[in-house]
Amino acid sequence: MRKSLLFFLVLIVGLTYVGRLFYLQIYDTTYAQLSDNNAIRTVFDYPQRGYIFDRNGQLLLANQPSYDVMVVPRNMKPLDTLEFCALLNLTKEDFISAIERAKRYSPNLPSVVAAQLTKSEFAGLSEKMYKYRGFYIQKRSLRDYQVNHSANVLGYVSQVNDYTIKMNPDYQMGELIGAAGVEKQYEEVLRGQKGIKYIQKDNFNRDIGPYKDGAFDTPAIRGTDITLTIDAKLQEYGESLMVNKRGGIVALDPKNGEILALVAAPNYDPALLVGRQRSKNFTKLYYDTIAKPLFDRVLQGEYPPGSPFKTLTALIALQEQVITPNDYVSCYGGYNYGGVKPLGCHDHQTPLALIGGIAHSCNSYFANAYRKTIDKYPTPQEGIERWRQHLRSFGLGDYLGYDLPAGNKGLIPDAEFYNRFYQYPKYKWYSPATISNAIGQGEVLLTPIQMVHFTSVIANRGYYYTPHIIKNIGGRDSIPEGFTTRQNTTIDPKYFDPVIEGMADVYVYGTASKPYIGIPGIEICGKTGTAENYIKVNGKRMQLTDHSVFISFAPKDNPKIALAVFVENGYWGSRWAGRIAGLMTEKYLRDSISRKDMEQYVLKGSLMSEYEKPYSGKPFKINQ
Amino acid sequence: MRYPQSNSKIDWWIIILYFALVGFGWLNIYSASMSTTQNIWDLNQIYSKQLVWILLSVVLIVFILAVEAKFYERFSSLIYLFALAALVGLYVFGQTVNGATSWYAFGGFSIQPSEFAKTATALALGKFVGDIQTNIRSWQDQWKSLLIMLLPALLIIPQPDPGSALVYAAFILPLYREGLNYLFLTFAAALGLLFIGTLLFEVQGIVLLLVVFLGLYLWQQKRKRKRIKWGQSLIILALAIGFAYSVNYVFYSVFEQRHRDRINLVLGKTVDSNSIGYNTHQSEIAIGSGRWWGKGWLQGTQTKGNFVPEQHTDYIFSTVGEEWGFMGALFLISLFIALILRVLYRAEKQKSIFGRVYGYSVASIIFIHFMVNIGMVIGLLPTVGIPLPFISYGGSGLWGFTILLFIFVKLDSANYINIS
Repeated sequence: MRKSLLFFLVLIVGLTYVGRLFYLQIYDTTYAQLSDNNAIRTVFDYPQRGYIFDRNGQLLLANQPSYDVMVVPRNMKPLDTLEFCALLNLTKEDFISAIERAKRYSPNLPSVVAAQLTKSEFAGLSEKMYKYRGFYIQKRSLRDYQVNHSANVLGYVSQVNDYTIKMNPDYQMGELIGAAGVEKQYEEVLRGQKGIKYIQKDNFNRDIGPYKDGAFDTPAIRGTDITLTIDAKLQEYGESLMVNKRGGIVALDPKNGEILALVAAPNYDPALLVGRQRSKNFTKLYYDTIAKPLFDRVLQGEYPPGSPFKTLTALIALQEQVITPNDYVSCYGGYNYGGVKPLGCHDHQTPLALIGGIAHSCNSYFANAYRKTIDKYPTPQEGIERWRQHLRSFGLGDYLGYDLPAGNKGLIPDAEFYNRFYQYPKYKWYSPATISNAIGQGEVLLTPIQMVHFTSVIANRGYYYTPHIIKNIGGRDSIPEGFTTRQNTTIDPKYFDPVIEGMADVYVYGTASKPYIGIPGIEICGKTGTAENYIKVNGKRMQLTDHSVFISFAPKDNPKIALAVFVENGYWGSRWAGRIAGLMTEKYLRDSISRKDMEQYVLKGSLMSEYEKPYSGKPFKINQ
Repeated sequence: MRYPQSNSKIDWWIIILYFALVGFGWLNIYSASMSTTQNIWDLNQIYSKQLVWILLSVVLIVFILAVEAKFYERFSSLIYLFALAALVGLYVFGQTVNGATSWYAFGGFSIQPSEFAKTATALALGKFVGDIQTNIRSWQDQWKSLLIMLLPALLIIPQPDPGSALVYAAFILPLYREGLNYLFLTFAAALGLLFIGTLLFEVQGIVLLLVVFLGLYLWQQKRKRKRIKWGQSLIILALAIGFAYSVNYVFYSVFEQRHRDRINLVLGKTVDSNSIGYNTHQSEIAIGSGRWWGKGWLQGTQTKGNFVPEQHTDYIFSTVGEEWGFMGALFLISLFIALILRVLYRAEKQKSIFGRVYGYSVASIIFIHFMVNIGMVIGLLPTVGIPLPFISYGGSGLWGFTILLFIFVKLDSANYINIS
């Protein structure tokens, strides 16, 4: 018995399995029929993608039905090509090339012949489909945008490319996949799970209903709905303010890192990228290389931050204890650091301490603070690294880790960067060589979302949550953990108060003290920026009108919204960006605008003539 | 003294069966993983990687056969400890693939130590049972041998890879052959039946059944006028009921939904056809559509349509069923049965207990893989992710089984010399 147990086990199991195989393969013919393309048609049952809502429950993105004509080349029989082309609204050449492409892809797998038919086209076609063997109609669901804004946020879906099909077996030719924005980021949540249906055909190739009443079908599972942190009203308002301007607006809730608005201008109507006109429209948007509507300026645009960066210069100098809020610095129209040309400054009262320095945006003050920070260390290399370390604790100089599939790192230069630039150790370099960093004009580059991010750190007095756009998935509070962990910077909270005072005084007597910029009854903190910039046209480097930059948060003591506004070539920070920041803040906090004339000025204002200047071929003036 | 020719020592049956399985396996991997571009030497392709693994296996075989047979016995404890260390090391250096930390990554390729630990355990078990001082009929040594067998399994379970750990149950067969108390087998079988019973009839049902059985038994005893062992009966009843309740607890609180689904599916409790049974269902369709002679190599519509997930690894048998039909499947099953029985036959011929236990272990391990994998693919057993030996794609798996088998071939060949 002991010797023969395994022997008998092997035989019993072997015989059982052969018996089971006999049952599956020979006795029960249903399995064979299921795979038999002549009697049963296998179609994928595509689920609806999940809906997308804004933070107040407004529906932004839903679905509409659509129909694709598919072919399995191996099952094709000779057909009346002309009649079929007429039904499909295709030319004969297009039809033949579609069939060729399908054969190349696979003779056994379905390919698309004509995509995204409308309901009426489908109605005429469906009753004649039985004549065309190997062809069938695949129902899909197509996106249906409920709003004409937020194109850069929501993104779009497109047909999967060959690379994705090869790398990811979940997708087949003709299927849709999120290709930008939230659609791409949350593809796996939104797409659901496709099912399989077996449909019985009669001997005339006509569908006669589900095989065995659907007993073998796998139902599709609908995609999960998601809610974004975006405030649709604020987003729409922001986009209307940016009409005929280029740049962007980002609004954050500093308390939790939720992105309230993400406006990139110029923008486009997201509905352009749905349906049969999609490829035509996409090409048009894609090849607009001057306005670049598909380029998300708020996430991808790397700009010199300009004067708002001075707040960071001050915070680092305070933390390094090289200045105190009460030290006065004189300014004689510029900061003379031994270079050929001093770092210029504009006309304001002097001498100034920290709060006044921020309010008046004095270049000399911050050049002084920056140099003291770098020169605190024995070598400029160590000084720069230390400075960089502080900025890195704000998350600057790297991807912020937000949940959108576009972005850039910006640039916070390190010692290595300057060593290479100045060919160290052949030539030495010292802190003055990097002095422009003090006022956000040197090598430093930030994206607008990075700017609003550091603004919200200031509003919070030293901590942040990673910015994110997802509020909940499927109605449950299940956003990724990284978005709910509080992160601290290397700056002590007590150093933020004088900086915030300075930012409040910007509106009182500083660079944004004109009465139309502030908001009556709301204590708001801000910082203007006017950033020099250059462009290359046909290989010629030329300076353009300064970018108008503004950061703000409000209310001062209990911040509910932080903003960064960037208007390309808008000149003074307060002229465009400052006004827009005020309007956005008031819209969010009060839902109404008190200064209608100022609102009209921004809504109607256009910078298009400014943007045409460098391409006119004629000499032009800047900063008018 | 008579020394046979060197090549006559080797059991050519095993070698032929091995290469038949590996070769047939590759043909099916090729079909299951073939894409539109076909180039056998494009090393990004699954089938070409497997071809490289197979060629390297031949090198491995030459190496294993070149080593002296005594080496395997002498160093078995060391090999076993090394394997345990490798499994422990996974918790520190392991790489996570598909949720299980079962791999070491070395640059471009990864190694799964649990595939090699089986061989090490078989060697250690052979060494222990074969030791002159071990008496497998004594309780103490039975527990020790169970410990040797269970240690690697306990290290593998939390990876988590319960499938690979399950394979270690195979070692109960060689131990039983050597004289392990039949109570262990009975106990294991009773646990299995209780587990399934509890899930089928709920706890209350099984308790009722147990009480009824006990009543019948007691009534029977009384009728035969035998002395009733009240104490023992009640303890067994209490243990059984306790076990039933803990099954309930484990099933609903420890298992994850996917484990529950897989078991429920096979027990026929969920009326399936939605996503839960997708793999099993599609693999049944692929196999079922093969009919008598199959659709022909590379002609399987289900295989080409990628309907069956993981088809080149755990579900490779569905390709066999579809493209080679009932006859092909029968052929493959026959190859396996022939190999297992041949190893078993040679194991019984071993002079040393070490060799016999090792050979038995080899046969048992191949058998349990064969049973669990094919049982899963044809829908008779729950979904457990273990490969089909010699057939499934995977370097670690192929090498693991090659080493396992060819150490036995070497031991077997040395056996002749001892006879002379």
